[in-house]
Amino acid sequence: MLIPCPHCGPRDVQEFSYQGDATRKRPDPASTDVHAWHAYVYDRPNPAGPHREYWQHIGGCRAHIVVERDTLSHEVLGAAFASDLSNQGGTRP
Amino acid sequence: MAEYSALSLLKNALSGNRDWRPAWRKAEPKPAYDVVIVGGGGHGLATAYYLAREHGIARVAVLEKGWLGSGNIGRNTTIVRSNYLLPESIRFYDFSVKLWENLSHALNYNVMFSQRGILNLAHSPAQADEYIRRGNAMRHGGGDAVWLTRHEIARRVPGIDFSPRARFPVVGGLLQPRAGTARHDAVAWGYARAADRLGVDIVENCEVTGFLREGDRITGVATTRGDIRAGKVALAVAGSTSRLMRMAGIERFPIESHVLQAFVTEAVKPYVDCVVTFGGGHLYMSQSDKGGLVFGGDLDGYNSYAQRGNLPLVKEVMSEMVAMFPATARLRLLRSWGGVMDMSMDGSPIITRGPLPGMYLNCGWCYGGFKATPASGFSFAWTIAKDEPHPINAPFTLSRFERGAVIDEKGQGPTPKLH
Repeated sequence: MLIPCPHCGPRDVQEFSYQGDATRKRPDPASTDVHAWHAYVYDRPNPAGPHREYWQHIGGCRAHIVVERDTLSHEVLGAAFASDLSNQGGTRP
Repeated sequence: MAEYSALSLLKNALSGNRDWRPAWRKAEPKPAYDVVIVGGGGHGLATAYYLAREHGIARVAVLEKGWLGSGNIGRNTTIVRSNYLLPESIRFYDFSVKLWENLSHALNYNVMFSQRGILNLAHSPAQADEYIRRGNAMRHGGGDAVWLTRHEIARRVPGIDFSPRARFPVVGGLLQPRAGTARHDAVAWGYARAADRLGVDIVENCEVTGFLREGDRITGVATTRGDIRAGKVALAVAGSTSRLMRMAGIERFPIESHVLQAFVTEAVKPYVDCVVTFGGGHLYMSQSDKGGLVFGGDLDGYNSYAQRGNLPLVKEVMSEMVAMFPATARLRLLRSWGGVMDMSMDGSPIITRGPLPGMYLNCGWCYGGFKATPASGFSFAWTIAKDEPHPINAPFTLSRFERGAVIDEKGQGPTPKLH
């Protein structure tokens, strides 16, 4: 499995550390809504098909990236810096 | 269908083995049942068997999307053990071992349960302390555990690297003598045959495509072979749990599906007579009766439904194998395969009513589902029949995450790839 790091180019999956689902939304840190925190910490969409997920390129540039990957075929559909997505108001860890 | 016995073996041998009957009927789905069990793996079949035998509920169908035993019941490394730390786990898995001990007799089917013991190798004094603590917990909970010194292990399992060059020197090991292995296919076939004889319909090649509902209540399933109504719908679908939940309208669930690989080498002469696990990494190995070394290691570590993994993990597992048993370096690998694990958020299973009315759920086995098969089926059947949990599965609720009552053996937190 090759992951196309936006900084380093395509690299072997061994260079990356998997950080899991990238669609979770962390509640406001001041929130005391138990259900919202429970959903953030424990619940996952776990799709069979395209999955947005965090990887870190620990054996390379150490960037956190968001990869879209098909969980049925392991085909990587795209990758982008997590910080860019976060700055655009997207998902954050 | 006749009982299997020495006499029936002899009779069929004399007639050239031409008169054996299929072990279970190829049932056609009926329009309605008392209980429909989705998933014809070990847990689903065991549940059907205990529903019929313990609770007298025989209007039961087991729906399997492929052929019987095509999922994780036929993909595991066949290990049975109850060497756990937490009281909830010890109680549950030790109950399971007790059912295993009489399973061949109860099913009238030889599941080849072999109590050859499992040996967890410790490679540092800290790891030894941790294992001894676990052994004490096991004994306290009514189980069995023995601490073996380095010297005793060298005598018992001579293949382990005890040379001064060993990368991970063995300090000692925790042995559970009652643990062992079983023939995994036979477990599926044995439960299927025994359930079938009690009137359960086992329907293969029947994939569930949706749920029938009245309001919130689940009243049956839509399948590739037509709609089937049911008083109770029970799910035992392992890695496909999230997919079924989505069909029921539940988009997020505390399960991640991960791929786990397993391996078997060419057959060799008797080499290891117990299950051995490597504490320097994560590896478990035993030798099958046919002679192949059967082993596996960690998950690949990312969400997957592919039933196959990648090569980096293969390399890691092989290097651990060679570090532990140097003589295996020259063996050829016969097969490798993958299965989809239903990794829960605390590493423990979920056996419960709900989450919707009319639905019952059995999932979250991570990669320890095989050994649990009898206790899982027994307690799930109890939960379905009585609408309340058996004492052994009462802690394994779905609500425990919200209540903060997680059962996290390794203290890893909600990171499924680490369980």
